[in-house]
Amino acid sequence: MWDFRTGFRMFLVLTILTGVVYPMAVTVVCQLFFEGEADGSLIKLDGSAVASRNVGQSFVDSVYFWPRPSAISYNPLPSSGSNLGPTSDALRKLVDERREALQSAHNVRPAPSDLVLASGSGLDPHISPEAAQYQVVRVVSARHLDDGQRNELLGVVNEYTEEPTFGLLGDSRVNVVKLNLALDSLSKAMK
Amino acid sequence: MMSARDFWQLAAYISALLVLAPILGRYMARVFRGERTILHPAVAWIERLVYRVCGVRTEQSMHWKEYAGALLIFNGLGFVVLFLMQMIQRWLPLNPENLANVSWNLSFNTAVSFMTNTNWQSYAGETTLSYLTQMIGLTVQNFVSAGTGIAVMLALIRGLTRRLGRGIGNFWVDLTRSVVYVLLPFSVILAVALVTEGVPQTFSPSAHVTTLEGQEQVVPLGPAASQIAIKQLGTNGGGFYNANSAHPLENPTPISNFLEMLSILLLPASLVFTYGRLVGSRRQGWLISGVMLALFLGGLALSLNGEFSHNAAIGTQANMEGKEIRFGIVNSVLWAMATTAASNGSVNAMHSSLSPLAGGVALFNIMLGEIIFGGVGAGLYGMLMFVLLTVFLSGLMVGRTPEYLGKKIEVKEIRMVMLAVLAPCAVILVGSGIASVLPVALSSLTNRGPHGLSEILYAYSSGAGNNGSAFAGLNANTVFYNVTLGIAMLIGRFAVIIPSLAIAGSLVIKNVSPPSAGTLSTTSITFAVLLIGVILIVGALTFLPALSLGPIIEHLMMVAGRTF
Repeated sequence: MWDFRTGFRMFLVLTILTGVVYPMAVTVVCQLFFEGEADGSLIKLDGSAVASRNVGQSFVDSVYFWPRPSAISYNPLPSSGSNLGPTSDALRKLVDERREALQSAHNVRPAPSDLVLASGSGLDPHISPEAAQYQVVRVVSARHLDDGQRNELLGVVNEYTEEPTFGLLGDSRVNVVKLNLALDSLSKAMK
Repeated sequence: MMSARDFWQLAAYISALLVLAPILGRYMARVFRGERTILHPAVAWIERLVYRVCGVRTEQSMHWKEYAGALLIFNGLGFVVLFLMQMIQRWLPLNPENLANVSWNLSFNTAVSFMTNTNWQSYAGETTLSYLTQMIGLTVQNFVSAGTGIAVMLALIRGLTRRLGRGIGNFWVDLTRSVVYVLLPFSVILAVALVTEGVPQTFSPSAHVTTLEGQEQVVPLGPAASQIAIKQLGTNGGGFYNANSAHPLENPTPISNFLEMLSILLLPASLVFTYGRLVGSRRQGWLISGVMLALFLGGLALSLNGEFSHNAAIGTQANMEGKEIRFGIVNSVLWAMATTAASNGSVNAMHSSLSPLAGGVALFNIMLGEIIFGGVGAGLYGMLMFVLLTVFLSGLMVGRTPEYLGKKIEVKEIRMVMLAVLAPCAVILVGSGIASVLPVALSSLTNRGPHGLSEILYAYSSGAGNNGSAFAGLNANTVFYNVTLGIAMLIGRFAVIIPSLAIAGSLVIKNVSPPSAGTLSTTSITFAVLLIGVILIVGALTFLPALSLGPIIEHLMMVAGRTF
C-alpha cells in the first residue's frame, strides 16, 4: 500500500516539470517577445523609470489629478485594501472626512464615490471619467492656465479616457499616472 | 443601476463558459480514457518519459486503499518540502529581495493550504515569499493539488462504471495525464496571454521608480504570470501579490480579467461534461451542469441586487470600496460568485467590503461544500456525494433500494457520504464557535458588530471548503489562526477525499443492474429539483443560525443606517 519509491520519484519529476521547466519556458518566451510587459511595463523619462503603467501613485499636489484613496498610501509593499465592511463606523468617518476635504478643495458639489472609497489593491491606477472631470477646474487654476490652455488640457483628459474594451468589458476609466505625465509634458511644451 | 452593457458582460461570460465547457469536456474524456487527442503529437512523449523515469506500471489498477495510499504519500511529500523550503528560503537561491525565513506556523499554514488546493493567504506574496518559494514551492502544488482532485474524481467515476471489478485506476497515471495534457498546456497559453496584458514574468529583482512627486516606489516583479495562470485554472487562487487579482500587476486590464475569470470556472464546468461522457450518459452531465448553473445564477442575482443597493450606513450609492475602477461593480461581483462557487478563492475585489448580501452569498456558496462547479475534480466528487444522498432519500420515499447508474447504494456508501458532507460543516461551526469566544482570536478582527462574526465564519468556511478567499479584515497570520485554519483545511480536504475513494472501492465490486420500470430516473427535471432541494436544505439547516447573526443581520442594520 505504501509505495514511497514511486511517490518520491513522481514528486521530483513533476516538481522539475511544473516548477522549473514551465516557469523558465514561459519566462524565456515572454522576455523574447514581450520584454516591456514582462518587466513591469515601466515608463521611462530621460532614461530613468518614473512609473509602471499599471501601478497607481500618490498625488497630493494640486497641479495634479488626484487618484483614489489607498489603504496603503500607494506603497506596494505589500498591496492591500482597507477591508472595512459595509457597516463600519471607521469607514463612515473616513468617507465623511474625504468628502469634506474634496469639497473644500474643489468648491463644488459632492465628489464621485470612487474618490471617497479606497480601491481593493491600494494601487488602482485609474479613476472614473466623472472623477477626472470633477478635478479639472482645480488643476486648471493650480496650473494658472488661460482659456486656450484649458481647452488643451480638456483635450488631454478626453484623450486619456479609456472606454470599455470592445465596447463591452470593464468600466470607462482614466489612468491618473499617464494623465499627469501627459499634463507635465503639455506644461513643458507651453513654456 | 445595472446598465445594458453590464448585462451583456454577464451574458458574454456565461456564453463563453457554456460554449467551451462541452468542447473541453469532450477533450478531457478522451485524455482520461487514454485515447489519442490533438495534443498527443506535442506532449505524449512527456507522459511516457514521466512513467519511465518514475517506474510507474501503467497497466496496474489499484485497490482503493492503494490509491489512497499513493495519494497521501504524494501529498505528504509535497507538504513537507514546501514547509521546509519556506523556513530556510533566506539561504536558498532566487531570493533577490533577501526575504527572511518564514515562521513555523505561517509555513505550516501555507504548506497545508497549497497542498490541499485551498491557497488561503496568511502570507503577503511580495513581502514574504522568495521567487524560488513561489516557483518551486507554490506553483508545483498549484498543479499537483488540482491533479489530485481530478484523480479522485476519475477514481469515483470508475467505481460507478466498472462492474465486479477491484481496481479503481492508477493514481500516478491519472495525476500525470491531468498535468501533462490539461493543466500544463492550458497554463502556458494563459500565462503568455497574461504577460501581453501586462503581468510581469521575470527573474529580475523589483524595479524602483521615482514618482512624479519625487517619492521612491518599489514595483515588485517576479515569475508572476506563470503562477497566476495555474492559480486560476487549477482552482487554487493563492496570489503572487497580497491583493491577489485586484493587484494591477496580477490583473492589469479588463481582458486579463475576463481570461482569469473564465479560467476559474472553465475546468470545473468542463469536467462535468467529461463525467457525462465517462459514465456513458451525457444527459447525466447536462443535468448536473444545469443544477450547478441554477445555483450559480440564483446567487449572482441576489449579490448584484445587494451590490447596487444604497448603503444607508455609509451614505454611498455605488459600492466601490475594495473594488478597482477597471473592473467596476459587475465584474467584481461576477468574480466573487465564480471564485466562491468554484473553490478558487482568488479575488479581484475585497470580499470584506462587499455589501452584506453579496458577502453573505459568497459565504453561503462556500458553506454548501464547494459543489457549484467547485474545485477542479473536487467540485464534481463533492456534488456526487449530494447526488448519492438525493438518490438515497428518494429511495426511502418510494420504498425501493436506491440505485445510481445501476449500482445499489447501501448503508456503507451512505455512511461515507454523510461523513464527507458533514465533516466540513462541523469544522466550520466548531472552529468559528471557538474563535468567537477566545480573546486571542478576537484580537485579530478589524470590523466590529455582525461583520466581525462574518470575518471569523468566512475564515473557517474558506479553510474547510478549501476555498482560500477571505474577509481579509481578519489578521490571520497569528499562531492561533495559522494552526487552526491549517487543521480545518486538512479535514475539509481529506475527510472528503478518503470517503470518496472508499465509496469508489465499495461500488466497483458491485454489478450493474439493468434499469426497470421502478428505477428512479436521475436525468429528469424532478431529480434536478430534488437535488437542489437536498443541497439547499442541508446548507440552510446547518448554517442559517450562523448566517442570521452575520451577514443577514448586518444587511438589516445597514438598511437602518447603523454602523459599528
